[in-house]
Amino acid sequence: MIDWLALAVALPLLGAVGAVMLPGRAPAIGLAGAVLTTSAALSVGLLVAQGTALRSDLGGWGAPLGIALAADGLSAALLVMANLVALCISVYALDYFGAGSRRHFWPLWLLLWAALNGLFLAADLFNLYVTLELLGISAAALGALTGRPEAVGANLRYLLVGLLGSMTYLLGVALLYAGLGTLDLKLAAAALTPGPLAWTVFALMVGGLLLKAALFPLHFWLPPAHAQAPAPVSAALSALVVKAAFYLVLRLWVDLFGAVTDGGAATLLGALGTGAVVWGSWRAFRAERLKLLAAYSTVAQVGYLFLFFPLLAEAPATQRQDLLGAVLLLALTHGFAKAGLFLSAGLLQKAAGHDRIADLGPSIQGLPAVALAIGLAGVALVGLPPSGTFIAKWVLLSSAIGSGQWWWAPGVVLGTLLASAYVFRVLANAFERGPRHGSLHDARGELAAAPVSIGRLAQAVPLLMTLIAVAVLGLEAEPLWDLLQDRSP
Amino acid sequence: MIPDHLLPAAIVLTSLVPGLLIFALDEESHVLRTTLNLAGAVAKLALVGWLILGVYEGRTFESRLNLAPGLDLVLNADALSVLFVTLSTVLWLVTTVYAIGYLEHSPHRSRFFGFFSLCVSATVGLALAGNLLTFVIFYEALTLATYPLVAHRGTPDAIQGARVYLTYTLSGGALLLTGAAWLHALAGPVTFTQGGMLAGLEGQHDTQLVMIFFLLLAGLGVKAALVPLHGWLPQAMVAPAPVSALLHAVAVVKAGAFGIVRVVYDVYGVTLAESLGLLSVLAVLASVTIIYGSIRALSQDGLKKRLAYSTVSQVSYIALGASIVGPIATIGGVVHLVHQGIMKITLFFCAGNYAETLGVHRVSEMDGVGRRMPWTTLAFTVGALGMIGVPPVAGFVSKWYLGLGAADAGSDWVLLVLVTSSLLNAGYFFPILFRAWFKDPPASWPEEHVPAGRLETAAPLLWPPVVTALLALAAGLFAAAPVSPLEWAELIARREYGL
Repeated sequence: MIDWLALAVALPLLGAVGAVMLPGRAPAIGLAGAVLTTSAALSVGLLVAQGTALRSDLGGWGAPLGIALAADGLSAALLVMANLVALCISVYALDYFGAGSRRHFWPLWLLLWAALNGLFLAADLFNLYVTLELLGISAAALGALTGRPEAVGANLRYLLVGLLGSMTYLLGVALLYAGLGTLDLKLAAAALTPGPLAWTVFALMVGGLLLKAALFPLHFWLPPAHAQAPAPVSAALSALVVKAAFYLVLRLWVDLFGAVTDGGAATLLGALGTGAVVWGSWRAFRAERLKLLAAYSTVAQVGYLFLFFPLLAEAPATQRQDLLGAVLLLALTHGFAKAGLFLSAGLLQKAAGHDRIADLGPSIQGLPAVALAIGLAGVALVGLPPSGTFIAKWVLLSSAIGSGQWWWAPGVVLGTLLASAYVFRVLANAFERGPRHGSLHDARGELAAAPVSIGRLAQAVPLLMTLIAVAVLGLEAEPLWDLLQDRSP
Repeated sequence: MIPDHLLPAAIVLTSLVPGLLIFALDEESHVLRTTLNLAGAVAKLALVGWLILGVYEGRTFESRLNLAPGLDLVLNADALSVLFVTLSTVLWLVTTVYAIGYLEHSPHRSRFFGFFSLCVSATVGLALAGNLLTFVIFYEALTLATYPLVAHRGTPDAIQGARVYLTYTLSGGALLLTGAAWLHALAGPVTFTQGGMLAGLEGQHDTQLVMIFFLLLAGLGVKAALVPLHGWLPQAMVAPAPVSALLHAVAVVKAGAFGIVRVVYDVYGVTLAESLGLLSVLAVLASVTIIYGSIRALSQDGLKKRLAYSTVSQVSYIALGASIVGPIATIGGVVHLVHQGIMKITLFFCAGNYAETLGVHRVSEMDGVGRRMPWTTLAFTVGALGMIGVPPVAGFVSKWYLGLGAADAGSDWVLLVLVTSSLLNAGYFFPILFRAWFKDPPASWPEEHVPAGRLETAAPLLWPPVVTALLALAAGLFAAAPVSPLEWAELIARREYGL
């Protein structure tokens, strides 16, 4: 039998090595690696969906010694989403990067991809640390790809914050190992009992991850880093890398700490989530540049994800499944929508030579497919039907009220309204026909960039992604809940 | 042809699919776009005809899609939804013809007709919605599909109007969502049930039910333009005439009013709503809106603005009908859903014709317009008389039943509201009619786009108002005929009250 789990991690690594050795052919190797990796990930998803629990011990060394990979419904769903999004980003990147940055992009990108898949599939706490570290380093390097001083500065900060986060996490892991003598998630979960050790470990591990997941008020590093990166990289950072840190928190919560934490920690996460929703949406509304807007919108959307924790903590076992499905749906929808938004922003930036929202009118009107993609991404970010976000928000609201925790509802509603405000601030450009859009000069008197031809494929990619976020995940998401049915390996 | 369980979905798709295809069309593929538009509209009409027959026979039609555990997207047809679907479908066909004529040679036609079709799909979807979740989904989709239509012209006014529209409707949508999710948490999936889904819950959770009702009412009241949530409607007048016509007669405003009817009858049920004291609040709100809208309409010189305030007032008759207990008032309110639609769309078509043919936008410019454009003005006259409630035009029938129902229920003060409002209606419509027919035309019109020929204006602009005016007359004249809106409203009232 083919070990799809190992392939999903090994193929992008091989691709990265290939792209380094043959820099002239990096795009071809990269694309081949992307297609093969995605196929492996899809196979994992398919097998899990059919009810096969996947677990593989590399090199025949079982726990607690070797490297173990495993996939259940939660990780398989995120893995499939991440790989489809990454494949779209790869296709888009073929067109995006010039000859200069190409040879740096592909190896780093495939390395990031390997780390991402490894993180979703890792079954023990130390490997999770390794993949987390690798992910952070390759992400920061990709973010600084343009070499512009502000990009390097922002991403250096990103790197340091990421290191601090993963070090804190590692400290927690070390403490856990010292106390329990195992790093395997399942074994540790069985051995962990409530007490000072569990609480300290929890605080260290989750605290470090919150920094990486950019949960308010630990989000300060995210907007500049995501806004300064090249568009395909921003898409990957916002849609996937942040999501990986969130996945880890959720995984640890469900598998490891669920039994040893009380409501207080969950309430704190929910409160921070509310803060993120309101503050992130507000800053997105005030942002002058499209990519900065998209980055702050990520801060807000991460907040929604954390709002589910207090509900999960209180919910009876029957409702847990519903809530897990909803938070998963939210994460998947945001992955497709946010990546689509960043890729669209990249196209507008190419066409207009800038991404100042107030002056985007002519380029957005010249690219109707991109305008449509931004509109669809907006629908998903606001949480309007028929997007997946709408379903998730409905579940969030009705279970918050149903479980008597109605105080989470106003934040959700306020965030929704602010999100509509920032989305339609961009979309109004698609309709506006003011005098200032008539001339070649934009508002600041700079000569607008010479018309850049934007390939049809590059336009189709974000449109496809946002369509998935809105139509597919909104109307056909029911299998997600089946996927989450218990099938422990 | 189509199995029963797919028919409601097919009715939504007959405009959704053409709409999506139109987006992909070139600006210049005029023939293909028109074919798609009309084919969709005619196909929808045929399917709706079949649906009417089936519902009359008592068959059930239900399309269902599972979205998540416990959350279903349900489209089904009961008597009330059939009434609204029929109205939307007939008026969509007419408005499409009108819009094709109106937008001749203007830019962004593919975008316009794409969103136009989406707008109708959303309206039909919410008409057929079988539960509150589905209703909310299409209600929000309607907001989204209408925004580009209001912003269509792209002028600063249009962008501003669209922004105001969006601010109001999305805020309303958020309240509606909150109320709906709350109700879902309290009572499980909220299926629309004749007689009221919550009927059994009397005495439990009363405070919560009252709060939920007001959340829902606030959300729906924004679109239904209940005072003080009506501020967006006059501003949205910057939209092209076919959009205003559709907005006021079928789509947005009517969606709000329809939602209120649904919530009162099929969610709460009249008995529960009355015992919680909700109906008297609704009655007061509706009455205030009726009087306030009419008073504001008196002082408007812009023709479309005057019509807009008239809509604010007239749509609340529907809510008023829902707020009075008793089958007769129910008939009056429900039938006004149709009557107001036909009459108001006529008036907006005519206003568009005056603007497109002669450049006349203001009431003060309408002197003698009846001589230059007799057919349009005749249609306008029918619509205006109907709004005032002069027999035999349809509006009379609605007001008659509302008055009768109010007297029957012992709410005599409602009669006073009806009389006052009719006087005010006369006050703002008669001066227009007088100017148009009896004053001398000016030497030249503000901007004469279409020269006087055999027809007073382009044919696709002329026929729609004439047709809808005839419909408004027929609905009044043949109110007792077996297929009239009135008969159907009686069927609805019988089923709601279990008579």
